[in-house]
Amino acid sequence: MMEALNAGLALLLLALAAWTIVGRDAFAAVAGFVAYGLLLTLAWVQLSGVDVALTEAAIGGGLTGALLIGAVARLRDTEAAARAERPKALTRTLAALVAGAVTVALAISILALPDPAPTLAPDVAANIGATGVGNPITAVLLAFRAMDTLLEAIVLVFALIGVWSLAPDRAWGGRPGPLHLADPNGILAYIARVLPPIGIIVGMYIFWAGADHPGGKFQGATILAAMWLLVMMAGLTDAPPISRAWLRIGLVAGPLVFIAIGLAGAVAAGAFLAYPDGYAKPLIIVIELALMPTLALILALLLVGAPQRAGER
Amino acid sequence: MSAATLFGLCATALIGLGLYGLIANPHPLRKILAFNVVGSGVFLLLGAIARRGAGAGFGGDPVPQALLITGIVVAFSATALAVALLLRLHDASGSVTLASEVPPTVEPDAGSP
Amino acid sequence: MSVALDLLSIVAVVAGAFFFLAGTVGLLRFPDTFTRLHALTKADNLGLGLVVLGLLPHVGSALAGLKLIVIWLLVLLSGAVASQLIARATRQRDPDA
Repeated sequence: MMEALNAGLALLLLALAAWTIVGRDAFAAVAGFVAYGLLLTLAWVQLSGVDVALTEAAIGGGLTGALLIGAVARLRDTEAAARAERPKALTRTLAALVAGAVTVALAISILALPDPAPTLAPDVAANIGATGVGNPITAVLLAFRAMDTLLEAIVLVFALIGVWSLAPDRAWGGRPGPLHLADPNGILAYIARVLPPIGIIVGMYIFWAGADHPGGKFQGATILAAMWLLVMMAGLTDAPPISRAWLRIGLVAGPLVFIAIGLAGAVAAGAFLAYPDGYAKPLIIVIELALMPTLALILALLLVGAPQRAGER
Repeated sequence: MSAATLFGLCATALIGLGLYGLIANPHPLRKILAFNVVGSGVFLLLGAIARRGAGAGFGGDPVPQALLITGIVVAFSATALAVALLLRLHDASGSVTLASEVPPTVEPDAGSP
Repeated sequence: MSVALDLLSIVAVVAGAFFFLAGTVGLLRFPDTFTRLHALTKADNLGLGLVVLGLLPHVGSALAGLKLIVIWLLVLLSGAVASQLIARATRQRDPDA
């Protein structure tokens, strides 16, 4: 029964991916991509990766889909010109051959994987008691591979700086994105007033439950960012100018707290980002609480884009 | 065929499809879409490998799964930066061509939606 | 007792799946945007409600059952808002459709 479900899911994924790649209309391709992201969530659940499924649904399907829909709406008039540049049949055939060769090579290596599979699960299970958290993914992200999480937060800040640097000179320091005007009594304003309180509770719950159950700060921060984006899109609040001090402090506070705890660990426990005995759980909570607002701010601002309206001085 | 092997093979096909789309589609936004398909295929491949590493009471090897969460977030930030670059190119030059010379005559669509 | 509950679950989930199927057929076969919205939102809200009803006897705790119902209510809310927005945008863009 499960095999039939998995086979159907895999076929649907391939069909949707083919629709996204080969489809003529760009908007239809993006809509297909959003559906593809949601089906991929089901595939992750079948692979017993519930935390990854949550992240894929929130970020891969939700945020990336919103980003691409906004882009395809703005780029609608460039599609005819792009269609004129389509590569000739020879290039397309060679591309298909290269893609086919890569697929075959990867498929051979998948079928030749060693059995029994090498795994780090016993090591995680043996050491998870010292971290104080019950969810092994959270333990790996914030205790065993905390360096990766720190570098990821810094990469996110760099990506946001990169997006901001694309502002035209006259708009530097100004507000990103266009001014959204929606009817203050309309349906969009209605849901922008009703949904965010629920969304904030759900986001905080997912963050808090990530210690012992599937969840965590990335999924929770995505929901908080989505609620802020909803309020901005309904015109109930405007995007903040990027020169605001509270915004910039909020963006760097998370990584700075993380680095500070890492340096304190170097002094107190012998290695960067090492936790002293018995302090692992409180330190993990402090890091997560510091990173949540930073992540929510970054994810929302990455979607809104580069500043476009000149800032008031 | 176990779920891990099935989704692993599906992932290799997704990588191949995305690679073809990355090369063959001239519009940069379609290239970004194809790049995301390749990325999700790579993540699914690693997820299949993580599933095979199940043991010690966990449904899958937690270390690759945690790295995948990091990967999905970083892939989103890379997509956001790429889309911002594309929109800036469109604002600055009116077209999104990646060619070094713009083709001489381009007919706009008469009945564009 | 558990046999009756299992039977209820199967009937409810199958009925929900039928409504999903009906909504999808309506989406594909109806001629314009408004009739397609009608098919989608009516069928999917009822379909999801029946699936949730069918799953309720099998949850481990009352809190998990409450979460399922909250999920259904949130989908109802967002579906209603989205269909209103699409219908309004379609009427503004193309008043004769």
